[in-house]
Amino acid sequence: MTSAIAADGVRKRYGDIQAVDGVSLTVETGEFYGVLGPNGAGKTTTLEILEGVREPDEGSIELFGLSPWPRNSKLLPRIGVQFQASAFFDQLTTRETIRLFASFYRVGVRRAEAMLERVGLTDLAGVHADKLSGGQAQRLSIACALVHDPELVFLDEPTAGLDPQARRNLWDLLRDINAEGRTVVLTTHYLDEAEILCDRVSVMDHGKILKTGAPATLVRELDDKVRVSVESGLVTAPAMCELLAEVGAGSVAVEDDGVSLTVATNTPAPVLSVLAEQGALRGLEVRGATLEDVFLQLTGREYRA
Amino acid sequence: MSIEHTDQSTATAGASPQEDESPRPGTAPQSGKPGPGKTESGEAGSGKAESGKTGPGKEGPGRAETKAGSEKGGKGSDRRIGAERLSAFRELSRAMILISVRDKATVFFLVVFPVMFLLLFGTLFKDGATAHAKVAQVGAVQLLDSVHGADRAQLDKVLSITRTRDEAEALRKVRKGDLDALIEQGKGNTLVLRFSGSDQVKSASVKGIFNSLLQQANLAATGKPATYTLKSSRIEDQSLKPIQFLTPGLLGWAIATGAVFSSSLTLVTMRRKRVLRRLRMAPISAGSVVASRIGVTMIIALVQTVLFISVASTPYFGLELTGNWWLIVPLVICATIAFMSIGLLTGSLAKTEEAANGFSQLIVLPMSFLSGSFFSLDDAPGWLKAVSQAMPLRYLVTGSESVLTRGGGILDVLPTMGGMLLFAAVLATISWRFFSWDDA
Ligand SMILES: Nc1ncnc2c1ncn2[C@@H]1O[C@H](COP(=O)(O)OP(=O)(O)OP(=O)(O)O)[C@@H](O)[C@H]1O
Ligand SMILES: [Mg+2]
Repeated sequence: MTSAIAADGVRKRYGDIQAVDGVSLTVETGEFYGVLGPNGAGKTTTLEILEGVREPDEGSIELFGLSPWPRNSKLLPRIGVQFQASAFFDQLTTRETIRLFASFYRVGVRRAEAMLERVGLTDLAGVHADKLSGGQAQRLSIACALVHDPELVFLDEPTAGLDPQARRNLWDLLRDINAEGRTVVLTTHYLDEAEILCDRVSVMDHGKILKTGAPATLVRELDDKVRVSVESGLVTAPAMCELLAEVGAGSVAVEDDGVSLTVATNTPAPVLSVLAEQGALRGLEVRGATLEDVFLQLTGREYRA
Repeated sequence: MSIEHTDQSTATAGASPQEDESPRPGTAPQSGKPGPGKTESGEAGSGKAESGKTGPGKEGPGRAETKAGSEKGGKGSDRRIGAERLSAFRELSRAMILISVRDKATVFFLVVFPVMFLLLFGTLFKDGATAHAKVAQVGAVQLLDSVHGADRAQLDKVLSITRTRDEAEALRKVRKGDLDALIEQGKGNTLVLRFSGSDQVKSASVKGIFNSLLQQANLAATGKPATYTLKSSRIEDQSLKPIQFLTPGLLGWAIATGAVFSSSLTLVTMRRKRVLRRLRMAPISAGSVVASRIGVTMIIALVQTVLFISVASTPYFGLELTGNWWLIVPLVICATIAFMSIGLLTGSLAKTEEAANGFSQLIVLPMSFLSGSFFSLDDAPGWLKAVSQAMPLRYLVTGSESVLTRGGGILDVLPTMGGMLLFAAVLATISWRFFSWDDA
């Protein structure tokens, strides 16, 4: 069975900037795939090349075994795209816009209305596209990408600018279409989102893919310390160090910032039992490494141009 | 001896058979041009196997039933769901119309503004040659005084002659424009006609009248019957009436401006707002996008035409249409395509709306002045005429003048229409080299 996406050695240069620098990736049919990376990492460019909007300087891309460039009309009905910036006729209303896009795919009016309902824009059906708020326009853009039930969906930062309700509703929607066996590729800056939704993610920077894998695997590979914290004042930091040394808890770092006492460790079990013995469990919080830690470790902490 | 030259009443009488039954070409271009069936079959029917079977069928009542249940199908279910499928071409055309109509500025500049121009110019030049020319006769003028009876009545129809002795006062009135000319007996057998050049139409007609009077008198003086008598044709008489050339001229200008600017600006806006790129990601052919745009621009041009002809035909302006006036419809359609190709070129070259505006103006402004829209090019230097002959507006103006007011037939405008389409093809080819779907 052919993969939904198979890209090999893709490069794209804009003047001095090597926006995409040798990206190879495979996305299987039915997979939920995330592309992460700081601003300017090359996510949008990569996505646009995969979609067939842009021509790569080098490399080969196949979607379902077909080349998306030059514009491949056999492929177009099977994919749905949402661009990072919305692209509408300002003078058309929300409803007219979704119907227009529905007509491109020969999809019925009912389906168009259902899609509008699905992204919560039914009440705004009569509003002109240029009068929608940022998040509303984003939702319309997503609705247009999904109106024809594509097999493969590309979403470029779909949840940027969405309020928490809209974000969760969109998650539900994306999970639903993924559960139907459709392939979803998205970029996002919300790492919790990637962790929750994606089967696999790639972390990109400077046009290269640094790491690819299931979010849980990446986090585990990071082998980062677990942070156990309780309310400050229940037990002092030096006392805690002593107690942990007594039970042989290995290398730990104890820190008290006046609000919470935090112990960073690779073996949380003895830490927890010591705290329990001391009756110092008020405000207990155990926090493991997240995808965010993986991301920061891979891409560093400094700002991107 | 008779003065047929200026017989306005006979001129207008049989001029245009008022054929109310003549074919009214309303929405013909739409149904005749690329239909929805054609534009879709190319692309939409393809896709994955399941949907491929559906093919590019017409929407029928039966289909609604079959698809109704599959709203929430699993993967690979037929995507053509819903009661009524929408035709891409129809929806695109609808969108294009809504975009034009909802933009108040577009409506104003394409429809209201040109009609205002017609009203203004029409009113300004209304009294041009039709009404009496007012002539002061200073002292005795043998030529005029010798005209009697029926001939005199004919003369009075076109000239209102007042007698005066005060030459200086009459001259002052001519300068002020209160009188159109003064005539007096010069030395010997000469006749002195003095007129102001400010109103060319009137001065030309006064000159013409006296010339013909003079010739007839000269002829009579020889004592022989006239060998040749000049019978001016109806067409020339009508062309004296300003509305007869103002209407085709201003109409051509309005259509050219509308088609060039709207296609240029729409193209740039759609590109800048990434709509073009988004449309390209949809399984519709570029042809159907272009066709819908052309269709809408044609509708606008035909609306302009109908408005212009209706306004000019009111009794106030009194436009007289000649037999084959309906030929204006195919003519306008071809011209619109030619003008749109200019907009395509400027819109392809420009990255921003401001630049598109500038480029378009750079072409439209000289074209308007060089094409006889506002004034006749008869007296223009040869090179200027040559320049104007490279521009489609010139052909629209002469062509529509021909079919609207000069009794031109299909053979008069067929080469013009062919030329316009050829022009469009050439410009479209050039534009394609600069065209891009995307900003970046
Ligand atoms: N059309 C273009 N012309 C020139 N340079 C471009 C163009 N598009 C992108 N770039 C450059 O290529 C690099 C990658 O851009 P890209 O849009 O792919 O980043 P991104 O990962 O999507 O960033 P963000 O998270 O901000 O959306 C950037 O340095 C950008 O400046
Ligand atoms: Mg981006």
